[in-house]
Amino acid sequence: MKVTRPPLPSPDKRWKIVDAKMRRLGYKAHALIETLHTVQESFGYLDEEALHFLAGALRVPPSKVYGVATFYNFFSLKPQGVHTCVVCLGTACYVKGADKVLAAIEKKAGIKSGETTSDKQLSLLTARCIGACAIGPTVIYDGVVAGHQTPEQAVAKIKGGLAHGP
Amino acid sequence: MDLEELLGIVEKEKAARKPSCIRCCMAAGCMSSKAAEIKESIQQAVSEKDMSSQVEVRRVGCMGSCGQGPMVGVEPGGLLYQHVTPENAPSIVDALAGGTAQAELGDPKHPFFSRQTFVVCANSGRIDPERIEDYIESGGYATLHHVLFEMQPPQVTDAVLRSGLRGRGGAGYPTGLKWGTVAKSSGTRKFVICNGDEGDPGAFMDRSVLESDPHRVLEGMAIAGYAVGASEAFIYVRAEYPLAVSRLQTAIRQAKKRGLLGTGIFESTFNFDIELRIGAGAFVCGEETALMASVEGKRGQPHPRPPFPAESGLWGHPTLINNVETFANVAPILQQGPEWYASLGTEKSKGTKVFSLTGKIRNNGLIEVPIGITIREIVEELGGGAPDGAKVKAVQTGGPSGGCIPATHFDTPVDYESLVKLGSIMGSGGMVVMDEHTNMVDVARFYMQFCMEESCGKCIPCRAGTVQMYNLLTKIVERRGTLKDLDQLEELCDLVKHTSLCGLGQTAPNPVLSTLRYFRNEYLELLQTE
Repeated sequence: MKVTRPPLPSPDKRWKIVDAKMRRLGYKAHALIETLHTVQESFGYLDEEALHFLAGALRVPPSKVYGVATFYNFFSLKPQGVHTCVVCLGTACYVKGADKVLAAIEKKAGIKSGETTSDKQLSLLTARCIGACAIGPTVIYDGVVAGHQTPEQAVAKIKGGLAHGP
Repeated sequence: MDLEELLGIVEKEKAARKPSCIRCCMAAGCMSSKAAEIKESIQQAVSEKDMSSQVEVRRVGCMGSCGQGPMVGVEPGGLLYQHVTPENAPSIVDALAGGTAQAELGDPKHPFFSRQTFVVCANSGRIDPERIEDYIESGGYATLHHVLFEMQPPQVTDAVLRSGLRGRGGAGYPTGLKWGTVAKSSGTRKFVICNGDEGDPGAFMDRSVLESDPHRVLEGMAIAGYAVGASEAFIYVRAEYPLAVSRLQTAIRQAKKRGLLGTGIFESTFNFDIELRIGAGAFVCGEETALMASVEGKRGQPHPRPPFPAESGLWGHPTLINNVETFANVAPILQQGPEWYASLGTEKSKGTKVFSLTGKIRNNGLIEVPIGITIREIVEELGGGAPDGAKVKAVQTGGPSGGCIPATHFDTPVDYESLVKLGSIMGSGGMVVMDEHTNMVDVARFYMQFCMEESCGKCIPCRAGTVQMYNLLTKIVERRGTLKDLDQLEELCDLVKHTSLCGLGQTAPNPVLSTLRYFRNEYLELLQTE
């Protein structure tokens, strides 16, 4: 039986990367999480169109796709800010004062963890543990890990990234 | 690839070695403090001084003392430089040419290093994790060859059983027994899964092993596949470990290219394929049935056992699931013999265990010690006690599933049974040290918040119980709690512990129970007097 797969949502080349991932895994249902990773890497977040497309292509009910996308902390259904700041809240970082680092950033940026500033410049996130415990407290600024962070250092750092921010 | 070719690589590598070697740690900890720039600057200094024929600059994995990083090691001489910067790194090359190094010299004879016994971490900080040739030179994949051509599958399982190796993920189930069950399960299709979803906050042993010596894990998995009759495997790694993921991808690609994974390994009839699966940030996926659901592309929700994965696992097929560190122990056991391995450790817990020593402690980092060493030796001798002269109050082991061990019990040997008796667990190997300034009720609340947010929501005791326990703990921390709240908290602990579906819920009350057991006064001090 010939299976018809839905067409790519748009001519955007990034969809070809997503399609290649699914092809490599044989368009099997178990490719869902791997493909969601690829979509998020390519587009920055998962929008409704992407979820519907994946549901059709992998023949997984949309409810299940939504279920998986919302179950895992790593997936984001909202676009992120230009800059991201991830504060590690693992135990080792916590006992060394990561909570104070987070509070200082929240105060400076005027947002809570999980939120993005209204000018879309900064997204503030927290991590469970990034495994760099020996150099805690750690903060990841735009994908770059920084160790031994103090509240003052963290605030200074995000101010740099938020030149036109709040 | 055949044996001759493998030995040929060893010869070629040995011949290409230079008299001196500068090893630059490029594991995640040091990488976040400019390790890449440091290596670059050392490399440049070597070429400028025209020493390229004499000195090799090698990327290596974790050297252990991550808290003192970035680390650079120099052979011969076994020198260890710490807190190296890109600016003072070139002076390390000067020192080789007779000058003096500006970089801070560490003490390789410190108990932090001298008290360790390396099995799993034998290659960590020595070989380049991104070169399969380095691993082969250190004896890698020769054990796989020996196993495939000289041993029958039951002999392999028997050797692992006799070694006394127990699951390093935390539960401590005898690895040989698990292999035996999978081997005996009927079915033509079987799977091997490596659990690298190291979710315990404050633990980074598996990250370090995967970043420093990925081939050792792959070889262990292939040996396991041969022993149990599986030809397909998955290795599941957290998305939070991008460097480990990329090094594994490199390692799998190299091993396939050399015919050490894939079809007809070493030109035998044994096939073994490993696929990488990347987690997406769910602590519960460390639980084996949840992990399998996640590999199948579903929500990571556990299901009741039995059936155990050994009988009905991935897509209903018999599946062997072991932790990263467990697989990393396999090749050394078969290479040096189960008797050698069983000579390390205690009567019931054999071998070594890797711990990540962090928190309020002077020497932060990764250590591998024989099981049975006391907590005091780890904290005081290797760890050097708390910084700034503070007094160590407790050590937390086992993450959110474990408990806090007070200083009065520090003479307890670290083994599976002794830690359970103290109300904690060995766990995967996280050891977070707390000093006199740490509020233990707040620590209990921290873990409860973690479990509350990570509960998958499938069973009610865990889903609702963790929320209620968190609320009660918050009430107590904020000095609004009463004795009645404390009673209710204890009652809930008992209920959640005994009625939850999986390990996450069953162990979620442990941090509360153990702090109540040893630090009850801290709770009482916070209560309102009526």
